[in-house]
Amino acid sequence: MRAGIILLVVLVAYWLTLSGYFDHPILFVTGGLSVLAVVWMCARMQILDEETVPYLHGKTLGYVPWLFTEIVKANMAVVRAVLSPDMEISPTWVKVKMDHETDLGRTIFANSITLTPGTISVDVGEGEILVHALLEDMTDADGFQEMGERVGFSITDPMHGKLLPGKGA
Amino acid sequence: MSADVIEMIFTGLSGLLIGTGIFFVLAGAVGVIRLPDFYSRTHAAGMTDTLGAELIIVGLIIQSGMSQTSLKLLLVAFFLFITSPTASHAVAHAAHQAGLKPLLGKFRAPHPSELDQSEEPR
Repeated sequence: MRAGIILLVVLVAYWLTLSGYFDHPILFVTGGLSVLAVVWMCARMQILDEETVPYLHGKTLGYVPWLFTEIVKANMAVVRAVLSPDMEISPTWVKVKMDHETDLGRTIFANSITLTPGTISVDVGEGEILVHALLEDMTDADGFQEMGERVGFSITDPMHGKLLPGKGA
Repeated sequence: MSADVIEMIFTGLSGLLIGTGIFFVLAGAVGVIRLPDFYSRTHAAGMTDTLGAELIIVGLIIQSGMSQTSLKLLLVAFFLFITSPTASHAVAHAAHQAGLKPLLGKFRAPHPSELDQSEEPR
């Protein structure tokens, strides 16, 4: 039910953003009908759950600025390596431990690794991710550990108070 | 402060952001050409659509001010932020599944004078 209402609000906002016409009743009506049809279909397919509508809150948004600073830092390192005449790189293949049990946590963690330039998650398995790194010093285990903990913190639902393993709480 | 000065600051800021974005996209393109193997090239390509594209979009948002266009650009930035790492991962994963081995260890670009002149440049 909660997921249905969130999906409804998000779809209405999405429709209004893309349409931008507020003076044509016909567009409002058809827009509302398509939003209702989508929500009804999702309900009928029984996919209105935490996975379809990930519940995001303040902590999730707090993760984004940290991720951005990491992206900028890593970008600098990659640009320096690529543009220097010698181009000294040390491609490395590492397995990174992953404590996340939920699909959402795993997706955010693997995507964050890929988003930071210089590291790409190649294969996501049970409890570990295979990562290819452009520079060897990007494979620092503490860095991945910190990122994993921040992901875990950011997706912990304050309403259920469920902490992910590996948080040491 | 008059409206002119504020507008000038905004124009300058957005120009700066777009310029920096273009620099990163260009560096990504250079990287795709210079780097030695498939996996390392994926890094350069990924760099292009994280910082490069996002900076350009932020610059465009400042240009268009508080408007419908800005909201749409924000949506573009959001979708790019979600889809580009997914695409990078899909490409790298496909290569791994197909059994492509990465080049590992230290690599240094050879100086042009060290290259065998009889060979075609790679």
